[in-house]
Amino acid sequence: MDDELKTRLIDRLDIDTGHSAALGLRVVFVEEGAASMAAPWRPELVGDPDTDVIAGGVVTSLLDHCSGLAVTTLPTGYPCATLDLRIDYMRPAAPRATVTAEARCYKLTRSIAFVRAEAWDLDRNDLIATAQSAFSLNPPTKARPQ
Amino acid sequence: MSEATPKTPAERLDAFLARAPYAAFIGMRAEMAGDEMTATLPFGPHLFGNAKLLALHGGLIGGFMEMTALAQLSASETSARRPKTIDVTIEYLRPGRAQATYARADLRKVGSRIANVHVEAWQDNRAHPIAALRGHFLLTGEG
Repeated sequence: MDDELKTRLIDRLDIDTGHSAALGLRVVFVEEGAASMAAPWRPELVGDPDTDVIAGGVVTSLLDHCSGLAVTTLPTGYPCATLDLRIDYMRPAAPRATVTAEARCYKLTRSIAFVRAEAWDLDRNDLIATAQSAFSLNPPTKARPQ
Repeated sequence: MSEATPKTPAERLDAFLARAPYAAFIGMRAEMAGDEMTATLPFGPHLFGNAKLLALHGGLIGGFMEMTALAQLSASETSARRPKTIDVTIEYLRPGRAQATYARADLRKVGSRIANVHVEAWQDNRAHPIAALRGHFLLTGEG
């Protein structure tokens, strides 16, 4: 995937504006049908100051955004709306740890994309959360009104 | 936990919100009316998911509803137990627009170790929710 396409994808999913920018989310990689993003730890994103662990809501936003980005990488993955998102929290993240997510679209129909995602802090093989989601795809005529 | 558990649900709610930097970061507030809590998320430009469609970020709506569940559990909990999220299922029903969002949590079952909570979030009309969350929470004696 060339740099121009990456730039377009990132622009499409508004990584540099709004909530993802406020959270400080960044893209680790994108490839066809998959994406990885990270949420660097910051004190204001903590859920419980006793533990200094990043809030569950930040992980939810990271998994949602990363899953949507994975759909957007597909040639027919037009900008999409989340239908549902299920997250299992296996364990808390380590204190002050950056959380990284990787999402993969494992089935794409004409109208729906199905995505699985995983999140970890220090070790890719020791997950903190898994997610499964379904996205509704907007048809190209709506996606490009111009 | 060094401090004593606050006495009333409103005090416990305030203590929960004051403790969570993430709640302040998104701008969440909450009020008790009797034993029922309403959480409010005023709109701010840091909450957009898609600036072109002027829609709230879906993950943010999920995070707000999860915090609503944790806040209601904390307000209702008379012991020092603190809820930890086990799993959540979030359903998106309508786009969240650039205005205030409200949420209420329904404690469907609070057991000895695990609670089941349903949350609905709405904007103009509570009968037309923008999203719903169902979650399980572990109630543990330690933070």
